[in-house]
Amino acid sequence: MLKTGGCIVALALLAALLGPALSSLDGTEQTLALRLAAPSAEHLFGLDELGRDILARVLAGARISFLVGLTVVSVSAVLGTVLGAVAGYFGGWLDDVISRVIDVLLAFPGLLLAIALVAVLGPSLANVLFALTVIGWVSYARLVRGQVLRAREFEYVQAARALGAGTVRVLWQHVVPTASPAIVVQATLGMAGAIIGEASLSFLGLGVQPPTPSWGTMLNGGRAHILDAPHLTIFPGLAIALLVLGFNFLGDGLRDRIDPRQRRA
Amino acid sequence: MLRFLARRLTLTLPVLLGVATLVFSLVHLVPGDPVQAMLGESASPQDIAALRGKLGLDRPLYQQYAAFMTGAVTGDLGTSLRTNQPVVRAIAERMPATVELALAAMLVATLIAIPLGIVAAVKAGTAVDHGATTLALLGVSMPNFWMGPLLAILLSVELGWFPVSGRGTAAHLVLPAITLGAPLAAVLARLTRASVLEELRELYVVAARARGVSRARAVLAHAFRNSLIPVVTVFGLLFGSVLTGAVITETIFAWPGVGRLLVQSIAARDFPAVQGCILLIAVTYVAVNLAIDLLYGVLDPRVRYE
Repeated sequence: MLKTGGCIVALALLAALLGPALSSLDGTEQTLALRLAAPSAEHLFGLDELGRDILARVLAGARISFLVGLTVVSVSAVLGTVLGAVAGYFGGWLDDVISRVIDVLLAFPGLLLAIALVAVLGPSLANVLFALTVIGWVSYARLVRGQVLRAREFEYVQAARALGAGTVRVLWQHVVPTASPAIVVQATLGMAGAIIGEASLSFLGLGVQPPTPSWGTMLNGGRAHILDAPHLTIFPGLAIALLVLGFNFLGDGLRDRIDPRQRRA
Repeated sequence: MLRFLARRLTLTLPVLLGVATLVFSLVHLVPGDPVQAMLGESASPQDIAALRGKLGLDRPLYQQYAAFMTGAVTGDLGTSLRTNQPVVRAIAERMPATVELALAAMLVATLIAIPLGIVAAVKAGTAVDHGATTLALLGVSMPNFWMGPLLAILLSVELGWFPVSGRGTAAHLVLPAITLGAPLAAVLARLTRASVLEELRELYVVAARARGVSRARAVLAHAFRNSLIPVVTVFGLLFGSVLTGAVITETIFAWPGVGRLLVQSIAARDFPAVQGCILLIAVTYVAVNLAIDLLYGVLDPRVRYE
């Protein structure tokens, strides 16, 4: 599972990095005479409603997906880790405030809050990144807070404190590392979540705006042609499903590797 | 049980207050003038002033907040700018469609997931188990805004079995329910597998088998019944996915529910309706989770004394 997931993600990353450079096709070039043309030897995935090559756009869309995934996951992980560690380590009113904010954010199911935020801020890639981060950090904070609550009672942590180590040093060198395997798993699965999140918002017309190729925007464009040109829907969706499956395989595999009890269960 | 109920309610009230506050602040996050954003660039100053007064945005912030909270408690969420209809009435009209879709999706998820999870657990480690686990991961990975159109292409366009959009007959419900239910089935199947597998290892199941109880009866009557407790809890979380998934599924299949109302309201910059839909969906989610929490307390009395 780990290897399969790793291979899928690595291939997708290579395609995102090198694809647009290697392909002779341009995802923005329009050939209106051939609009909605079915897949052929010349255009493997066919052409879209404006006569643009779908393969070139899928490859360019992969860049957006990775950009969103990496940005949202890294910012969310750092923010969530810091806030979760602070809440768990210091407790008291800091923990109360951070925990109540987490409770409120968790009261909005799934992407709902992200939809609401982008709805008021306006559709753009920057706002998508912001909205997905607002809902993304919560899971890291909860995870790290729980781990820190346990870890701060460990003897080696108390020994470090007794030896005069500062708070930041104790947190950074002794407490947070106990949570890092779980953070890595969460981040891998979070990549899948962020990619689906961006695609969902773009599908609803709230994300990346045309003509920038995003898989969600491409699927949204394909809705009007589902009867006469289903390839507009099939290929971008397949790309999302494969990449998300890759990250899910990777996350599950990592979890099994880190905690073998999960595998037995 | 009463003390347990009171404790859970006490924990829920601050969350609801926080949710309402966040929803209230949404309109103030709009870059620039929210009234200008709602009416568009070409709106006259008179129209802008009139709407600002109508929405109460010309009053001090604390008065706006008090009015919003009072309205939220008394069921007055303002008037839709798009339809001029009270937001609560617009939502109430759409609610039955969303509830119908959500229940059908949960039914689809249960019908697929429970047998799949049990079979995977009973055949743990075999090809059947790996197949079921991979199928479940595939289900989680397929976004519903892709699965929906694919089902429509296959079952509506190619085979002509079901209508491609709208609401009316039971046939209209099939594709949206599968689209919304399949990813839930994947999550539920994985959980059912893990939960049944854990119970199968318990001594009481081994003892039942030693007493001569058949394998099927040991699984269904003993292990499965007890493994339901964590599964029921996850239904609460899954309900959140149903609510968010409904926004997309209703858009794909032109299903006239609250999710579609939300998307239409966003497109029209109808912020009172957007706020109303968001608040209602979040409050429903909190209420369902509270109900599941209470049900969990009934199913497993240990929870009440934690």
